[in-house]
Amino acid sequence: MTGFNESPEAAKARSRRNIAMALGLAGFVILIFVVTLVRLGGNVAHRAF
Amino acid sequence: MTAAALPHTASETKAAQPARWNDYIALLKPRVMSLVVFTGATGLVAADRPISPILAAIAILCIAVGAGAAGALNMAFDSDIDALMRRTKNRPVPQGRIARGDAAFFGGTLSLFSVTLMWMAGGDLAAALLAFTIAFYAGVYTVWLKRSTPQNIVIGGLAGALPPVIGWAAAAHAVPLNAWLLCAIIFMWTPPHFWALSLYIKGDYEAAGVPMMPVAKGAKSTRLQILIYSLILAPLGFLPVLTHLGGALYAACAAGGGAAFVILAWRLYRSNAGDHEERPTGLYDSKAEGRPARDLFAFSLLYLTALFAALLIEHGLGALL
Repeated sequence: MTGFNESPEAAKARSRRNIAMALGLAGFVILIFVVTLVRLGGNVAHRAF
Repeated sequence: MTAAALPHTASETKAAQPARWNDYIALLKPRVMSLVVFTGATGLVAADRPISPILAAIAILCIAVGAGAAGALNMAFDSDIDALMRRTKNRPVPQGRIARGDAAFFGGTLSLFSVTLMWMAGGDLAAALLAFTIAFYAGVYTVWLKRSTPQNIVIGGLAGALPPVIGWAAAAHAVPLNAWLLCAIIFMWTPPHFWALSLYIKGDYEAAGVPMMPVAKGAKSTRLQILIYSLILAPLGFLPVLTHLGGALYAACAAGGGAAFVILAWRLYRSNAGDHEERPTGLYDSKAEGRPARDLFAFSLLYLTALFAALLIEHGLGALL
């Protein structure tokens, strides 16, 4: 690749940031899923038959 | 040349340095976040409403992340003046490890995440209050008030005072008088807390051109205003006892703590703290003249912690027993 001179240290830091970002996004998705389950679970338990 | 007129070049000139993951943690202002989480959790518990422990934990996480997001937006905007103050010059943006745009994007993204998740876990009211708090801190306090008026931390203190209201709203989907009482206590606590600090680091604010009260109106006026706010805060801190929000433990903390607060504020008023230049290296480092200011600053943290811990114990244990 031309025009992108990155030191090994910078590449490593960028890689770590990307992993942290991926973990953060995955955590957000999991939290949305958990909230949905808790909310949905409560509504299902209290539904009128 | 005022700080506001300085170009935002510090980060751009050093932006080649790689950011570490803990630089992003530093952007969230973890020390501020811990106090916000504590008061937010107290509001949530003091509401005395049944809430799923999972939703409660997520609501508190949202308050924490929202506070962190506001901190990141603040650091993105304030990098020019942060670079001029010893207390803040080692932050990742003025050090050039994180670009201002990246910090702003980080703060903006976390704001969106926290408000969305709060909307799902705590409802409309809690999410709206969280969004308002972030916008108020980042938009009103940071961009406007901080650089333009010595009343900056008085009005801007509202952002720091709202977390118990957000926590209460997440649990009860309403904000009654008692929730606003907790907000009012933090609101009235903020000026004496910050002005006590700024009395012995006013040289830093002066260098950065930030019109904190001791810089704009002088140390004597600041000491008087600290005393006036303390005289209002002490009885205000006791009000939750009269509204039956606080019990015996809270009453003891509010009465004893309030009296000690006023005594320390009186000592500060009678002192010469802030009259001469003082450049301490740490938050609690102060020469003899600034000691009454440092004492009030340190005690103010203990006072607020004790009040909210008492409520947390009384309402938390009440729910468990």
